[in-house]
Amino acid sequence: MTKVTMTINGKPRSGDAEGRTLLSSFLRDELGLTGTHVGCDTSQCGACVVHVNGKAVKSCTMFAAEADGAEVDTIEGQANADGSLNVIQQAFQDYHGLQCGFCTPGMVMSAAALLKENPIPSEAEIRHYLEGNICRCTGYHNIVRAILAASGQDVPAVAAE
Amino acid sequence: MPKDSGIGASPKRREDVRFLTGTGNYTDDINIHGQAYAWFIRSDAAHGKINNIDASAAEAMDGVLKVFTSADFAEAGGMPCGWQVTDRHGEAMQEPKHPILAEGKVRHVGDPIAVVVADTPDLARDAAEAVEIDIEELEAVMDMKAAVADGATKVHDDLTSNLCYDWGFVEENREAVDEAIKSAAHVTTLELVNNRLVANPMEPRVAVGDYNRANDEHTLYTTSQNPHVIRLLMGAFVLGIPEHKLRVVAPDVGGGFGAKIFHYAEEAFVTFAAKALNRPVKWTCSRSEAFISDAHGRDHVTKIELAMDENHKFTAIRTDTYANMGAYLSTFAPSVPTWLHGTLMAGNYTTPLIYVNVKAVFTNTVPVDAYRGAGRPEATFQLERVIDKAARELDIDPVELRRINFIQPDQFPYDTPVAVSYDTGNYQATMDKALEISGYADFEARRAESEARGKLRGIGVAHYIEACGIAPSNLVGQLGARAGLYESATVRVNATGSISVFTGSHSHGQGHETTFAQVVAEMIGVDASQIDIVHGDTSKVPMGMGTYGSRSIAVGGSAMVRATEKIINKAKKIAAHLMEASEADIELKDGQFSVAGTDKSVAWGDVTLAAYVPHNYPLEEIEPGLEESAFYDPANFTYPSGAYICEVEVDPETGEVDMLGFTAADDFGNVINPMIVEGQVHGGLAQGIGQAMMENCVYDENGQLLSGSFMDYTMPRADDMPMMNVDHSCQTPCTHNPLGVKGCGEAGAIGSPPAVVNAVIDALHRAGNKVEHIDMPVSPARVWKAMHG
Ligand code: FES
Ligand code: FES
Repeated sequence: MTKVTMTINGKPRSGDAEGRTLLSSFLRDELGLTGTHVGCDTSQCGACVVHVNGKAVKSCTMFAAEADGAEVDTIEGQANADGSLNVIQQAFQDYHGLQCGFCTPGMVMSAAALLKENPIPSEAEIRHYLEGNICRCTGYHNIVRAILAASGQDVPAVAAE
Repeated sequence: MPKDSGIGASPKRREDVRFLTGTGNYTDDINIHGQAYAWFIRSDAAHGKINNIDASAAEAMDGVLKVFTSADFAEAGGMPCGWQVTDRHGEAMQEPKHPILAEGKVRHVGDPIAVVVADTPDLARDAAEAVEIDIEELEAVMDMKAAVADGATKVHDDLTSNLCYDWGFVEENREAVDEAIKSAAHVTTLELVNNRLVANPMEPRVAVGDYNRANDEHTLYTTSQNPHVIRLLMGAFVLGIPEHKLRVVAPDVGGGFGAKIFHYAEEAFVTFAAKALNRPVKWTCSRSEAFISDAHGRDHVTKIELAMDENHKFTAIRTDTYANMGAYLSTFAPSVPTWLHGTLMAGNYTTPLIYVNVKAVFTNTVPVDAYRGAGRPEATFQLERVIDKAARELDIDPVELRRINFIQPDQFPYDTPVAVSYDTGNYQATMDKALEISGYADFEARRAESEARGKLRGIGVAHYIEACGIAPSNLVGQLGARAGLYESATVRVNATGSISVFTGSHSHGQGHETTFAQVVAEMIGVDASQIDIVHGDTSKVPMGMGTYGSRSIAVGGSAMVRATEKIINKAKKIAAHLMEASEADIELKDGQFSVAGTDKSVAWGDVTLAAYVPHNYPLEEIEPGLEESAFYDPANFTYPSGAYICEVEVDPETGEVDMLGFTAADDFGNVINPMIVEGQVHGGLAQGIGQAMMENCVYDENGQLLSGSFMDYTMPRADDMPMMNVDHSCQTPCTHNPLGVKGCGEAGAIGSPPAVVNAVIDALHRAGNKVEHIDMPVSPARVWKAMHG
């Protein structure tokens, strides 16, 4: 066991990790940040996406020790300072971009990374970017709409078509 | 003006806030002080004899508490099957024991043999490596037809064969159907496979067992769609724990799709081990483990014959299906290919004679059970494919062939020849709606445009019906169900007027906390924020049959309506007393009770307060308090239906199919929350399109699972899906439940696979390639092969 320290959602946090401890397990089991989910063991599903030094990373593909000293942002740190939902989270709610909520933390974190890179993505660009995030519930339709809306593009209101 | 609250409005989902901020409470987020971790050692062999298990080295390791084998479960029962099917000859199905841990033999890859429990997950896993297991491999029984041939190797030595049952329905019609097929003007025959699927809810299964010695109470936290059913099955049949000593909690659950209905060995294990070790025990499934331990879906091999007269009216249908049960009978497995499949073979059509034969077969594969749609997609796929094939053989428009055979609006209620009676529907209306939205009439122009780009464009149509809102208890009891299928609700009104609703339905993505509150808010006229929906905990909700078969709003919602009606009746009595008026004159509107024809009124909160502070109260007539329960047992199934149209482009060079657009026009009866209903359809469509285009669970001939991870089992991704046009404006309300609702959860997965395959076949036919059928998934390799032979 070694002590690992990182800045998580702006606050220094440290905990014990074995060499083989994944960042996803470290966040969930050691620090109790259970918003980051684990949906697979082959780095395919994206439920575990967090930001490490500003970049979207599947936290199951990285050892906790590798993130020692890094800035890590997770779903728990995404809301506005007053606790209200941020623009992306709000768009997911407004456009019904989630059902069971299990893929949602990863989707929101991926969407945030996408919009940072590409503030006004097209539908095709969104779909392409989400290649590493599986959702079994929504058929992606409303996730794509939520991200379009979060980027300020016109999207017809939900259930109004 | 769209409403902004109550029935028919689309308020934002209240559950979203916790899911969007990482503060949901899924089972794997639950950790109990002092918990130990279970690691299941599973069979690598599809079929084998267990000669020896040596756990001594593992048990000697630091931090290992115990290694469990079947010997530890000598007192426990097997996992029960909840449905007994009676075969064509009046015999009960063959029902093998399904032990918690393998006894003497392993019967599929993934069959659990032993479990290590240790202080940490890593220790448990490391110790599992030290358990020595000697298995003598036996021939794997894989092909269903070979499995029922004479002399085949048996999956279960104590059964007479691998045939679970040979079911005929309706047996009395058998000869008449044969006769009708013989004398028909035209018969279209189609052989097809309904591919095996893995449900893959994104949250893998998790179970945490806890035991309190002081009062001998067990708690199981589990990823279940129906915690009360687990309490009953596991408590009564497996571990012998009475209900009052067993609490089952299914907190936030990350999708189910059927796979989380069933009672699994791991649930019984952690419950048992927590007591045996006097420590909480947690098991978290990995995705690879889920592929070999979650029940699979579908896996039917079918031949269907459709007979028509000279006017193209359907005269008879005969179908023969081999249905894979896997190695053991999962909780509801026997009902899926029979009562959830055979009863749907009339579809939306007036076919007078139908005979369905199903042979259910044991093989050395993971058990197969209900997956979104369960039996109904299998029925719809074969019917809508054979109709499409018939239209091509007869050279008539597939839409027209359906039209001339549709049950007409004035024929309802309509008794089908396969036991079910449809209460309402208007199939031509949904078909017309889908044709309009999809621009069916202008297809040729789009096709020509594709052709100019060297692509083959096709359009596919399907119309489905499903029987859901499961189910009238007395009827399913006659059909072999070993459970009632009612639902319960308790409505507790607090002194200051806020309301807690306890429902036996369970939400694992469907948004009940929002929709159920909308219904009660509308009935009473209070703001939905005054209402909480409580579900998923047997210690809070008195009873529940859970959520599957698109039953939540139709059955659970109806129970809630009945309980709320009782609340309103009692509240009116109190209001009448407070206003010194006759109860018959009391009206409730917008949360105000008033006396008809006067300006007297009292607010909801005044009445609820009086119920709990009964100073001025009719104590001689009614009790204080305001809490009511209801059990609702549906009088019939509900029958959602709809028309699905899909447009694809096939690349003739590669066989690749591009999904261009999908239209769904559904009739769900009344709709409580259109936003949520549309989301349910989107999700169902994605699973149906996934089945049709990419998902496939494949075993090799030795019983090794070839598609055992997301690298080999193709899940639909954002890039694979089109934007979908979904419409639910055609509404023929259900006549036998108080909300007039039919249910929407499974529709998309039922109606879409035939629409996709029909579209691909259409694309090839329009290009002059008269391919008769391509099995799902219509992968580039299969399409290319169909085109180029
Ligand atoms: S858990 Fe990290 S990609 Fe699936
Ligand atoms: S909302 Fe359930 S997996 Fe995406």
